[in-house]
Amino acid sequence: MTDAPLLSVRNLSLGVQRKGRPTTLIVDDISFDVAEGERFGIVGESGSGKSLTLRAIANLLPAGVKVLSGSIQYRGQDLQAMPAKSRLRLAGQEIAMIFQEPMTALNPVMRVGEQIAESPRRHLGLSKAAAMDLAIDMMRKTGIPDPAHRAQAYPHELSGGLRQRIMIAMALSCSPKLLLCDEPTTALDVTVQHQVLRLLEQLCEDTRTALVFVTHDLGVVNQTCRELGVMYAGEIVERGRVKDVFADPRHPYTKGLLDSAPDFDQPDRELVAIPGFAPNLADRPDGCPFQPRCAFAVEHCATTRPRLERVLPGREAACFETGRIFEGATA
Amino acid sequence: MTDVTAQPEVTAQPVVLRVANISKEYQLGQGLFGRFGGAKKASLKALDGVDLELRRGEVLALVGESGSGKSTLAKILVGALKPTGGDIDEAELAAGAGRLERSRHVQMVFQDPYSSLNPRISVGSMLAGLLRLHRVVPNGEVRAESIRLLNRVGLQEDVLHAYPSQFSGGQRQRLAIARALAVRPDVLVADEPVSALDVSVQATILELFRSLQDELGLSILFIAHNLAVVQHLSQRVAVMYLGRIVEVADTADIFSNPRHPYTRALIDSIPRMSADSVTDQFEVEGEPPSPINVPSGCRFHPRCPVAIDRCRTEDPGLSPVGPGHASACLLAEELPLYRGVPALKEEQ
Repeated sequence: MTDAPLLSVRNLSLGVQRKGRPTTLIVDDISFDVAEGERFGIVGESGSGKSLTLRAIANLLPAGVKVLSGSIQYRGQDLQAMPAKSRLRLAGQEIAMIFQEPMTALNPVMRVGEQIAESPRRHLGLSKAAAMDLAIDMMRKTGIPDPAHRAQAYPHELSGGLRQRIMIAMALSCSPKLLLCDEPTTALDVTVQHQVLRLLEQLCEDTRTALVFVTHDLGVVNQTCRELGVMYAGEIVERGRVKDVFADPRHPYTKGLLDSAPDFDQPDRELVAIPGFAPNLADRPDGCPFQPRCAFAVEHCATTRPRLERVLPGREAACFETGRIFEGATA
Repeated sequence: MTDVTAQPEVTAQPVVLRVANISKEYQLGQGLFGRFGGAKKASLKALDGVDLELRRGEVLALVGESGSGKSTLAKILVGALKPTGGDIDEAELAAGAGRLERSRHVQMVFQDPYSSLNPRISVGSMLAGLLRLHRVVPNGEVRAESIRLLNRVGLQEDVLHAYPSQFSGGQRQRLAIARALAVRPDVLVADEPVSALDVSVQATILELFRSLQDELGLSILFIAHNLAVVQHLSQRVAVMYLGRIVEVADTADIFSNPRHPYTRALIDSIPRMSADSVTDQFEVEGEPPSPINVPSGCRFHPRCPVAIDRCRTEDPGLSPVGPGHASACLLAEELPLYRGVPALKEEQ
């Protein structure tokens, strides 16, 4: 089993099924692997399906959204096929998640120390006192000043940055092998975001925890992840190493995204927006989902769907015309 | 003087809006026990002596973290809040101008285009209502003027009968801008106007702001926390911290030669897209303290990596450190040269 990746998502499709209506596909046939200790980023705009992908892995899909096909394998075990009880045991112990808004993810009527101690008690079988010691220790590791005292606080008594640290302490309390992060720093101020990202990076390094990091912020993904998947309209349209993709994108959407985001290190670069809007998922085009907004689209882009294919060593893109568009850009 | 790069003096445009020594205090409730125990009333100083000038035709960015008072200042500028103290001087307005005249002078665009438009009023009646109330054009020309406004922000005539719910986030922000422009203001105050939008849409709205500045000569106070956006759009930047402006300078100047440790910390915290080497020489600890308990001396000293004893007791005011550049730091002249920006490369 040693060569099976830690997490392997295969041909995963998510959607909403309603009686008498066609199924709405939200995530369409995506695959990716995350190796142990790897840091994989998923970027995309709102509605691209990035958060739902993450929630599917954590088994936290909102009511109504179903896994339509495909598999999610953790250490070679199919999570879908697993009995509910074992999956529950896995979540929290081996797989943990950090949410965007700590205020809504924490229990408002429970002291934060107890919230952190909850899963070590359940999963590691620690006594109440030992679990609390561990909780305080975790709080110290996440850089919370005066942890013994703060453990007695309720979430509303803490600032946004501290709450997010509590979430991190909670997620890491059972030393998970896989940490799922859903825009964990979007609600934070920049100086605090910087601290939290460094903390995450350092803790994951120390414990060789793998990260799946969902964000819309290209700068954040560049700072935290090594591998990257770019999602558009429920599909992964490009995948590769962050540095390579940023330096030399091979999908017109990735290029558009990079061109439209202001880059602090290139103040004079003209910003070029992507024309049009993301497609309505209920009425998805037959061909390439990006085709209506793509400046390079040719006729068969509208009718045939491109698949993610290898275009460079270690790089995949779902575009028929990638060769023509990025020809000559090859380093 | 230090090595402030000699810059050609910016052609001094007339000032359209000036605020001096503005403060805004909120009295906090004492709670039941406090009331009987005679505890002293606490107050929250959202703004504590802010001076700011907005010049004609410029984009001035106001940056800072949550709780720094940016939005309070914006609300005071548009007249939605009354300051506790200080003066607002609007060059174009006679003293004692009423609310209506004032609102014609300064208009606001809000962060969230979903909650700042009335969902039950169609685009056409929203604009027509404004144009009639302020008598911007004769009644017969209201429709033509509405169309002109829509075209100005990149929308077509056919949206006149549509309701806000029919638009995407970016389009709604265009509507909000059209609404602000309807009364032909001199000053636009935009409070985080792009932070709720997707990246690919952001660029079009930024482009729109720029064209308003170029073509209409609007002065824009642009409140933002994303420094990359600020750097792209603005000519000058004012950095706020806990109710004060701690540094003001031209955009290029402030990013290449920041003279306040907080500004440097902000720049060092930007998640970079191309450079992966962020220098951490000015990383700050902790979070901004609450404006209820403003630290003594320099309000940044508890988080400042270079603070000395004097900083704990002396409260530095904003003082000039170069042409058009002011900083509120006792050590502004002694800060080591900034090396955070990766050698602004051999330009191709």
